[in-house]
Amino acid sequence: MTDAPWFRPAVTILAAFGAMMSLAAGMTLVERKVSAFIQERHGPNRVGPFGLLQPLADLIKFVFKEELAPDRANPLLFLLAPALACLPAMATFAALPFGFLDGKPMVVANLDVGVLYVLAVGSLGVYGIILGGWASNNKYSLLGGLRASAQMVSYEISLVLSLVSVIAVSGSLNLSEIVLAQDQRWNVLVQPVAALVFLVTMFAETNRHPFDFAECEPELVGGFHTEYSGMRFALFFLGEYIAMVVMSGFMAVLFFGGCDVPFLAIAATPWWAGALAMVVKMGFFLLLYVWVRWTLPRFRYDQLMYLGWRVLLPLSLANLAVTGVVLALDRQGAAQ
Amino acid sequence: MERAAPSPGLLQPGQREIELDVRTQDVEINMGPQHPSTHGVLRVLIRADGEIVTAAQSHLGYLHRCAEKIGENVDWLQYLPYTDRYDYLAAMNNNLGYSLAVEKLLGIEVPPRGQYLRTLIVELNRIASHLIAFGTYGLDIGAFTPFFYAFRERELLLDIFEKICGARLTYSFIRPGGVFNDAPPGWLQHVEDFCRQFEKKWPEYWDLLVENKIFIERTANVGIIPRDLAIAWGCTGPMLRGSGVDWDLRRDQPYLVYDRLEFKVITGVGYRGTVGDCFDRNYVRMLEMVESLKMVRQCLDQMPEGEVSHPDVGLIIRPAPGEAYVGIENPRGELGHYVVSDGSKIARRVRVRAPSFCNLSLVEHIMPGTMLADAVAIIGATDIVIGETDR
Repeated sequence: MTDAPWFRPAVTILAAFGAMMSLAAGMTLVERKVSAFIQERHGPNRVGPFGLLQPLADLIKFVFKEELAPDRANPLLFLLAPALACLPAMATFAALPFGFLDGKPMVVANLDVGVLYVLAVGSLGVYGIILGGWASNNKYSLLGGLRASAQMVSYEISLVLSLVSVIAVSGSLNLSEIVLAQDQRWNVLVQPVAALVFLVTMFAETNRHPFDFAECEPELVGGFHTEYSGMRFALFFLGEYIAMVVMSGFMAVLFFGGCDVPFLAIAATPWWAGALAMVVKMGFFLLLYVWVRWTLPRFRYDQLMYLGWRVLLPLSLANLAVTGVVLALDRQGAAQ
Repeated sequence: MERAAPSPGLLQPGQREIELDVRTQDVEINMGPQHPSTHGVLRVLIRADGEIVTAAQSHLGYLHRCAEKIGENVDWLQYLPYTDRYDYLAAMNNNLGYSLAVEKLLGIEVPPRGQYLRTLIVELNRIASHLIAFGTYGLDIGAFTPFFYAFRERELLLDIFEKICGARLTYSFIRPGGVFNDAPPGWLQHVEDFCRQFEKKWPEYWDLLVENKIFIERTANVGIIPRDLAIAWGCTGPMLRGSGVDWDLRRDQPYLVYDRLEFKVITGVGYRGTVGDCFDRNYVRMLEMVESLKMVRQCLDQMPEGEVSHPDVGLIIRPAPGEAYVGIENPRGELGHYVVSDGSKIARRVRVRAPSFCNLSLVEHIMPGTMLADAVAIIGATDIVIGETDR
């Protein structure tokens, strides 16, 4: 059976889906535990040993909660929005390579245009937030949705530009090949500025603190999800955490060598060690998300725009220009 | 909708160019009475053009409990617990304001130990109140964690209060004639321990929140109240001093033993922006905590022995007919009590000048033109307690 052509894709899909869901569910617990640690509280410790079963308890609670829809909300869009927020984040996970087994990448879809696919599908996630905010028939939600859309559009430009320089260095749009290109040295050493821009934009892309204007509770109560309850709210929540997992994964793949274990050639690394290295790197950035959230105050909306257009965009453009010039000179030097 | 033609030259016969009539409409947003941004049940109706606030109006009264009217119906002493409930974060100060007014009517002087105990505990209460102001201001700006740290230290203070009077929020400890009881054995030592501990923690708050780049961006040059405006609207407390006005009742109209203590009056200096911005108001509160700590230390050093209450003041108080006004420096500003006696055991009139109320009256006038998020920062920097504005 292991030789059957469907076997490996099936196992990969199941493993990827399991990894994604468990990482996202685990993150909800980690977030609460780490925030409790930062704030000198205990955090959830009632359900299971050390509160480890808390995500399960949360799930049961969400399923049994009543799903309220506000009067005069658009019923179809109100229903559709949480799914639209969650699905693109899930779909982008398919392009994340977790390592190499028998020389073939462990990835659901080894796309030649992996980076483009991720950007294209990932940017669909904002529709869930805009539609959710609009369909709720609530002013707070509407403002939250508007903020989210403007923010994502402005930060995606810097995100893409920082990726272009990585693509130029790696010479491929395929994520597995970008990993292989980092066998000797990680991209973060070659492209530190791009890594920095990507780090900032990944917070903005996932609507996380300090850029979480879409749900900025001091002024907008809950922002786009003010009117959501029960499983619909949980889907927004899950979407946010999956997006965090995915963005951390891309940070690891694009700049920190993905499954590359330091001082070890990728070809010589056993598959489990590669996957472990990948998960450890992702875990670091996931923790960074949590750490930042519970430490920093929140920007104001116009300051965020200023940062996006006046700081990050010129920075990534300049980085791209320098990268281009250096690569061109390098190629010229090689030709002579 | 008809599509506008690209240019007049391309118009077909029978078509005409139209202008799209696009109008935008301001939205009215309710902040409160149940809203995360407002401290308590304040309702601010904000008219916003997108993200810009064009008008604001505060609505009060959700916590009105007829405190002043109750004052005309209960004994002089029975009214004391009601004073706890105006500014429930600084109940000791409220007790003091009322007690001083009644004592002025009676024409009595509290024994020195009572005066020192009062000063000590009032300053401790000021620290507790400013800790909440600092913590919740962090929440308003979006920093969640300083709030928990502030509450951790406030908890120590509440323990200290509990040890001396049994209550953690509504103390009724300072009363006409003195204080309810002397400090229990070892209590002064607890206060000293707190001082040592707090001294170590304060710089952490400063580094964590006040010197944070994002915090400065959010509060500096936001919600500026010029000096003249602050005076004209009758602002008091950190709100007034934040605008650079050097006025503190503890120094300028000394009561209790403040004339025997050394302390600085902190005024806003535009540390990171303009004088009178939200940052300065928070800055004044932060540094006032340090000054209060100094005063607590001095009280501990100078604490005399002896009685804590005036022996002639019993449960039934019958002041001679007359009236008295006493204003004291509460954490939020000047808390004034104007009391009128007709010689009976019940007050003729109790009028309270609440600092939060006067400070809040200005807020809606500085909001227009700011961003929506600034409105939250401005309300937070005002540090109102609704129990006091509504009474």
